[in-house]
Amino acid sequence: MQTKRTVFGNRLLPYALLLPQLAVTVVFFLWPAAQAILQSFQREDAFGLSTAWVGLTNYTDLLQDPSYLNALKVTAIFAPAVTLLSVGLGLVFAASLDRLVRGSRVYATLLVWPYAVAPAVGGIMWWFLFNPTIGLLPYLLAMVGYHWDHALQPTDAMILVVIAASWKQVSYNFLFFMAGLQAIPKSMIEAAAIDGAGPVKRFFTISLPLLSPTTFFLAVINLVYAMFDTFPVIHATTGGNPAQSTNILVYKVFVDGFIGLNLGSSAAQSVVLMIIVVALTVIQFKWVERKVTY
Amino acid sequence: MIDRHPWLDALAHVVLIVGVLVVAFPVYVAVIASTHGPNDFMSGLIPLLPGREMFANYRSMLTDGLSSSGAPPLLGMLWNSLVMALSIAFGKIIISILSAYAIVYFRFPFRAVAFWMIFITLMLPVEVRIVPTFKVVADLGLLDSYAGLTVPLIASATATFLFRQFFLTVPEELMEAARIDGAGPLKFFRDVLLPLSRTNIAALFVILFIYGWNQYLWPMMITTTSSHYTIVMGIKRMSDVADALPQWNVVMTTVVLAMLPPVIVVVGMQRLFVKGLIETEK
Repeated sequence: MQTKRTVFGNRLLPYALLLPQLAVTVVFFLWPAAQAILQSFQREDAFGLSTAWVGLTNYTDLLQDPSYLNALKVTAIFAPAVTLLSVGLGLVFAASLDRLVRGSRVYATLLVWPYAVAPAVGGIMWWFLFNPTIGLLPYLLAMVGYHWDHALQPTDAMILVVIAASWKQVSYNFLFFMAGLQAIPKSMIEAAAIDGAGPVKRFFTISLPLLSPTTFFLAVINLVYAMFDTFPVIHATTGGNPAQSTNILVYKVFVDGFIGLNLGSSAAQSVVLMIIVVALTVIQFKWVERKVTY
Repeated sequence: MIDRHPWLDALAHVVLIVGVLVVAFPVYVAVIASTHGPNDFMSGLIPLLPGREMFANYRSMLTDGLSSSGAPPLLGMLWNSLVMALSIAFGKIIISILSAYAIVYFRFPFRAVAFWMIFITLMLPVEVRIVPTFKVVADLGLLDSYAGLTVPLIASATATFLFRQFFLTVPEELMEAARIDGAGPLKFFRDVLLPLSRTNIAALFVILFIYGWNQYLWPMMITTTSSHYTIVMGIKRMSDVADALPQWNVVMTTVVLAMLPPVIVVVGMQRLFVKGLIETEK
């Protein structure tokens, strides 16, 4: 915990300055999180009239619940798929842009703006494009003999949500890779060029290894995004269907808690997710601490 | 350029052009769809050339909404989104800069506790603790109000962290000089630190405005009457209605209107946006 060498010697002022943020944090973050942990050990009847302590039952139930195991499996496919697709494309675009001097600002602007589009909006647009009755992409797929229907076929639905969720994230990864590539010293690239390494070889032996911290950082950020911020994509398009094939963990917490009113189970799921977020955040923070020196 | 490889340059252009086209394509289709009348979607394929109903679609959606199906006019929704995005952006910036100032420029009991209490919120996205948070807001009587829409979302660990990092790089001498001149902590904050943080604040503003504008689950949970609907959450309602009767043109009109303000902010303030993004995350 760093401070300045000299500090102001005021007793009450720092508390007054911290008060607004701490108040919001306690009331809307820590208190609900504590409630979730508490509820995860309780079972409430459907009318909220009585609660009983049930220990770890909610957790053990989860592990035996096929629909929860299914949501785990779906998330384990969805999150890495989104990460791979959006990080991969971000890298391809950044590397291409790094080659060009002219026109690079125009390309950058044209690639960056999807970041501003809400995930729900992106989801609706792809859903429209893939609409089985009038959508353009099913029409084209039908020409090559594929019958697309994300309302009936689980694989099609998964492809739809992966594309819709990755679409806006590509711009984010592109920006970070671009910044990473610009930070590589020109002298290193020039030395390799003098030694006779061509541009492709230079990319794979110099740029890519030097980008590995950025890649790692983006992998974590994108996993977090895919696991937690894609709720709107799922909700606005497939609603977790068909046959629960796109029901990711975050979506299930919502469905079980608000629609199923199974508070104990929903709370236990929240706690599991919190543990996952904490783990991912610690990994990310460790990396930031090592990389940034102040 | 160290060596010339015309074919590689050409390949880079091709990759980027394809990328731009893929990224822009769904938006193009949405804009085109918003210029057609409802009957143009009966033919079996999305139209790919502009229609003639653009003016009528936007005017009727902005002022009447899908009134036949109970969806409110978009003008009101746009206003709510604007209020929400601005309140969240300003609220986050104000409470974060104050708490970062306390943490960096003062030494007091429980300083580390306060820092970690704030930092831990980074780990608790609202989607994860949605049910208990909803209950807290309901108990406080904040359902269906601007306060309920914004206050629970304004605690921000990332913004606090960014300001903390920035304050740590401000030279010690500035504060020592201010103290010798007899400036108290509030005067130092107002006359020295705030002006120095101007670019950081502006950069952060862009990111937070987009964050607030794009909220989906939270407004959906806590608004119960249409007078507080925001446009991003309203889209889902429009598309449910439109699925029953094929009104793709008005859904896409809504999509375009929901997308326009944040995209304008990003494109117009690109330099600040990039600075804010790269700094808040690292």
